[in-house]
Amino acid sequence: MFSHCNHKIEYNKTQNNRYIVKLKDIKNAINFLKEEKNYNFLVDIIAIDYLDFKGHKEKRFAIIYLLKDDKFDNLVILKAYLNEDEIIDSITDLYKSANWCEREVWDQYGLIFKNHPNLKRILNHKEFLGHPLRKDYPITKGQLCTKTDDLMDEMTPKLKAKGYEDHDDLMFLNLGPAHPASHGTIRTFVALEGENIVSAVCEIGYLHRGFEKSCENHTYNQIIPYTDRLNYCSAILNNIAFAHTVEGMLGVELPIRGQFIRVIIGELSRIIDHLVSLAANLVDMGALTNYWYLYNPRETAYTLLSKLTGARLTNSYMRIGGMTHDLYDGFEADMKRCLEDVQKGMDDSLSLIEHNRIFQDRAQNIGVMSAIEAINRGWSGPNLRASGVAYDLRVNQPYYHYDSFDFDIVVGSTGDVYDRIMVRFEEIRQSIKIINQAMATLPGGNYKVDDHSIILPDKKNVYNNIEGLMNQFKLVYEGVKVPAKEYYSSIEATNGELGFYIASDGSGTPYRVKVRPPCFYAMASLSDMIEGEMVADAVLDLGSLNIIAGELDR
Amino acid sequence: MAVAGEEAIFGDSVITTKLDSAISWARESSMWPYIFGTACCAIEFMSVASSKFDISRFGAEVVRFSPRQADLLIIAGTVSYKQAPILKKIYDQMSEPKWVMSAGACACSGGFYDNYTTMQGVDEIIPVDVYISGCPPRPEAFLEGLMQIQKLQAKPSKYLKKRAKRDFKGRLDV
Repeated sequence: MFSHCNHKIEYNKTQNNRYIVKLKDIKNAINFLKEEKNYNFLVDIIAIDYLDFKGHKEKRFAIIYLLKDDKFDNLVILKAYLNEDEIIDSITDLYKSANWCEREVWDQYGLIFKNHPNLKRILNHKEFLGHPLRKDYPITKGQLCTKTDDLMDEMTPKLKAKGYEDHDDLMFLNLGPAHPASHGTIRTFVALEGENIVSAVCEIGYLHRGFEKSCENHTYNQIIPYTDRLNYCSAILNNIAFAHTVEGMLGVELPIRGQFIRVIIGELSRIIDHLVSLAANLVDMGALTNYWYLYNPRETAYTLLSKLTGARLTNSYMRIGGMTHDLYDGFEADMKRCLEDVQKGMDDSLSLIEHNRIFQDRAQNIGVMSAIEAINRGWSGPNLRASGVAYDLRVNQPYYHYDSFDFDIVVGSTGDVYDRIMVRFEEIRQSIKIINQAMATLPGGNYKVDDHSIILPDKKNVYNNIEGLMNQFKLVYEGVKVPAKEYYSSIEATNGELGFYIASDGSGTPYRVKVRPPCFYAMASLSDMIEGEMVADAVLDLGSLNIIAGELDR
Repeated sequence: MAVAGEEAIFGDSVITTKLDSAISWARESSMWPYIFGTACCAIEFMSVASSKFDISRFGAEVVRFSPRQADLLIIAGTVSYKQAPILKKIYDQMSEPKWVMSAGACACSGGFYDNYTTMQGVDEIIPVDVYISGCPPRPEAFLEGLMQIQKLQAKPSKYLKKRAKRDFKGRLDV
């Protein structure tokens, strides 16, 4: 792999795409992959603390880089072991997406990056002491925060670089975190000249809920409800992404009926997520009527989902190896009605905006992101596709028989707010197409894997024989035993590539879970995107990226 | 029943009542909520505000995003330690009489996020009048909470004045 590299790189190939590299060679290796092999897409940077890992002989920490090539087909995983006091070379000059990733590693693990432009906390607050994801940090040790960061440490150098020596003429404004257009809890701090944004800094972490640390203290099936609350607008897609990863580790595949159910419910989740995103974005623009048109079909979907799963929003429908139960009688008719409602709401809304001059003027050529830049910043999903890159995991790495359905990857041309909105509208239409095909060809048979080391036994066995009772007890008490390995897998969630990197030590509880949240990378670009635009545009930019705080901050 | 006073002279066109009841009636019919929506519960609040559940049936559809214009603070979502000073500031900026509704498991108790970053209930920093259970609560539960607040605020002005001076010491009060 690295044989043609100018710098001699010692590596150890563990599996066909995994390499263990010396820490000092990491940057050279990544640079070589990017320049010579076109690995232009940094998927994620992950740190692991092996303090409590049984039989671990290497240094205490590991840093792991996930890279994809320009066709998005090949994934390379580079790993280096290090101690607390060793310093990692920053790769922020190669990938802009690395900036926030490295800050997160520092914040959560206390590993230091050399030449990082501003290595400061990102998810935890300024007054936080210690690094919470280290294994010796107790999970419940909270630390009170008494005041918010003024962010001038980031703002002043930015302004200096733009030639502003003193700030007397500028006005500073906080957009959020408590702001109707901040979509939850995002803070954008801007320096204004009139209404024009001269410079901007984003701060996140206000909804950091310790997802990853919580995962290390729960069994695999107990984590499912936590995944619901990542991107809470499409909870089931998160369930699927997590269950899919764990099933990959176990080496099991769902029966075809189960896979189809996941496709159907997953696509419905994608639809209702897009509906919220579009409704909110248009409200931000002042087009309130669209909110009623787009949001009301969501109620029909909620009715269907609560009939199916018992919950409206946070469904927890999936389980490792299947789902809680099969579709109910009459599901098909309900789904048909639901899709009709969605179609109608979408048509009504489009009839208001499609040829609307005000809408076009507000949305076109605002927040433009070029394709190359978007890839360098780690964008994925509808946002990346709006910039004209046809990257969709449902097509690039088909799972659950997505290759047997007839649907299009929707791409935009300019990568502005308009494209991002229109791509989402069209994706709803494509998802409806997929659901209709999947419903028409939905096969019978079992919907979950037939393996009692994974799936809970039937209740009649639990109550009537000791084997069933023991089986239930072991699975609930100890969890599904997942073989000791490290594994990354991702699916196309609403906002793009939602991946889970799981390290297992062979027990029923994961040793480490890292989410690759698609929003995180889009959000990291916002401050650069809005510079030079007006305050009102900044609101639309944020809305068009569909940032969901639960997934962003975890 | 014998009718006396103004009602005897002007008939049905006049209702006499106590000033307190008249003000309380006006207040309960136009609660102006501030949504401190941070997470999943805020998405359910979107349902409460939209056509099917329609919070305007209870006069509370005028959602304000300035705490100075609101008299009902609805905390819908997880409040982390990082978020806490902001919540407190917003609460402090509201004018009396003000009411606080803590919606959902996270705001009430931290929910299942018993960890290093999540505040274990917003009542650690500000006083709460009504707690709504659920993760997230259904829209009906939000409306039930609103009706409870409406009942709570129907108190004589003397009580409300005393309430405004109540002594609450949260973790962020020095």
